[in-house]
Amino acid sequence: MKMKKAFTVLTFVLICCLLMVACSGEEDENSASGDSKTVKFMHLWPEGSSAQHYKVVNQIIEDFETENEGIDIELEVLSNEQYKEKIKVQSTSNELPDVGMTWAAGYMEPFVDGNMFASLDDILEEDNLSEEFVAGTTDAFSIDDTAYGLPLELNISSIYYNKAIFDEYGLEEPTTLDEFNQVVDTLNENDVIPVALGNRDAWTGSMWYMYLANRLGGDEDVLTSAIDRSGSFEDPALLKAAEHLQGLVNDNSFVSGFNGLADQEAKSMFMESQAAMYLIATWDLPNYTTNEDVPQEFRDSVGYFPFPQVDGSGDFNSYVGGPGVGLFVSENSEVKEEAKTFVSYFVKEWGERAVTEVGIIPATKIDGEALDLPELYVEVLDDLNNASNITLYADVQMSASAAQVHLDMIQALFGGEITPEEFVKTHEETLANEE
Amino acid sequence: MDKVMSNKWIITLYILPALLFIAVLIVIPLLLSGYFGLMDWDGIGAMQFIGLDNYITAMQDSKFWESTLHSFLLAIFSALSLLLYLVVALILASKIKGANFLKKIYLIPMLLSSVAIAQLWIKVYNPSNGMLNSILTSLGVENPPAWLADPNIVLYAIFIPIIWQYAGFYILIYYAALKNIPESIIEAAKIDGASPIQIAIRIKFPLIMTVFKVTIVLAIVGSLKYFDLIYVMTGGGPNGASEVMASYMYKLAFSSYDFGYGSAIGFLLLIITLIVTFIIRKATETKDTIQY
Repeated sequence: MKMKKAFTVLTFVLICCLLMVACSGEEDENSASGDSKTVKFMHLWPEGSSAQHYKVVNQIIEDFETENEGIDIELEVLSNEQYKEKIKVQSTSNELPDVGMTWAAGYMEPFVDGNMFASLDDILEEDNLSEEFVAGTTDAFSIDDTAYGLPLELNISSIYYNKAIFDEYGLEEPTTLDEFNQVVDTLNENDVIPVALGNRDAWTGSMWYMYLANRLGGDEDVLTSAIDRSGSFEDPALLKAAEHLQGLVNDNSFVSGFNGLADQEAKSMFMESQAAMYLIATWDLPNYTTNEDVPQEFRDSVGYFPFPQVDGSGDFNSYVGGPGVGLFVSENSEVKEEAKTFVSYFVKEWGERAVTEVGIIPATKIDGEALDLPELYVEVLDDLNNASNITLYADVQMSASAAQVHLDMIQALFGGEITPEEFVKTHEETLANEE
Repeated sequence: MDKVMSNKWIITLYILPALLFIAVLIVIPLLLSGYFGLMDWDGIGAMQFIGLDNYITAMQDSKFWESTLHSFLLAIFSALSLLLYLVVALILASKIKGANFLKKIYLIPMLLSSVAIAQLWIKVYNPSNGMLNSILTSLGVENPPAWLADPNIVLYAIFIPIIWQYAGFYILIYYAALKNIPESIIEAAKIDGASPIQIAIRIKFPLIMTVFKVTIVLAIVGSLKYFDLIYVMTGGGPNGASEVMASYMYKLAFSSYDFGYGSAIGFLLLIITLIVTFIIRKATETKDTIQY
């Protein structure tokens, strides 16, 4: 009998413990901190993979906290893919961090529609902050003329090439597609892979298509107008671009099996001098300039040229690119004012530090001459200042589901599974369906 | 003590935590995904009830059927490879030299995570400097296939690491079952003049039939919901050529932001798996159990 009692008591205690564990999850965090307010900030540059980014962010936060007594920043850092998933789960349960990072245009649309992001127009007007940004970069983070994010990075894509390989075979930077084809032929004859391409991540192949469309489209941005529905995807330039793309594939311009390679694999082929060319955006610049882990010899031999003209048409100052991530403020944040102060401080500080310490190009204007920068870097900054047009990456412009179709179609077009006619038709149907 | 444990209240109390966990972690999410499948929802904004529209769309979605077909192909391949595993287990169990060492070799893939296996095989399949194509080129093959890029080959190229990955698991199960067969039966057969192959087919195989049936269910159900290796190796590409049901569901919910439709596909996956399991159980049902 005694045994039974002991057992019942034990059971009771056990259940109580379980209940306590289950209930202790929520604690009021704001009341504990007294007068100071806490702004939760989540970003996607972990110390492991983006050491420079991580360091600079921490410095900015430290400086901000000393200059703004009474505001604490609580940091959470996740890697890219984890970040994307976590932010989605948080938005579903209405628990977004006060300040976080988002991608532009199509990506942020569901969040804005769901009333998750606060308008940042007021900070843009304050101190003329909008003047600080490179023209057009804030537009990508605006929906219906209201800004919901402030961009941190600006990227343009160019063809990077290995000067050592080019010298060995007496090649020069091509300015037209015909010259480009000749370069490819020479490289193929000498058993050098002409272009590294990791089209398993189909956005890399998409950049090739976008550039062809951009060059063939002349002054008008046919691709953008096809996507925003002021034009049509059945525009002759867009069809012609698809035909030229398959021409490039048939000429063996790209590494074999590109549809099964990831971008990282293609990149390592280029960086191990196995391939002569690689089309990528400026986020890769540190690898070719300042990254100490890359052999100096290779860094010295990297040059770049703008995408060639096609059929005698195209403007070298017109780029494919766009802003990378930007900062948002949560609409439901309890410390919205403080969050906005932080965001405004962050973008101002980020500008110069991004260039000198991280080695990427910020979305805010900077004076390249005044800073001590690698040569390649200064060239890119120069180009940016002279840019006549930047066509935003197609998969970023489109809604998430249309982008998925686009990326699948790019793989199919590269793989020769569909004709250029089918390529434009599928796009036109998908985009028309979404209107 | 026995009295306590037979008290219905105590039994309920002790089972309760486990039941709660099962309810919260399995049953409720299952029901929820069926419920979300009835919604037009991007996973962020407001939900809109649209009835069975998502399920009707799925029925007309060629990509869904394609990925279902791929899942079933994988299931068939996995079921067939069970015979291969069985042969290996029979050889291992028949007292050959180094059986213990081989057993450990076969177990190695089981110790690796799927992502590591995927990375390993991506290297093997690399079209220009991968192990496989290097061997083929040195053997004089002029244009070896780009394994993961060719839509006609990619699916089968992925099946191979999957079959390799699970070899150790099934061989171990069969090996254990075979070791359980009393030696006297085999001895008797030998005295009657049965050859080793006859013993394997007529005696050993029937005796481990129950185990074999279980592994069939495991292999097929496992294949239908298979996801990780495919996601890492190809992401379902190129252009959906290696998409299976689970990867298609993930793509819809997390890349295309069509959470409602993704949930509907997930629920269909559950139903299909349940039906297939039921059919296999029925087909392999036997009343008389063999006793040693």
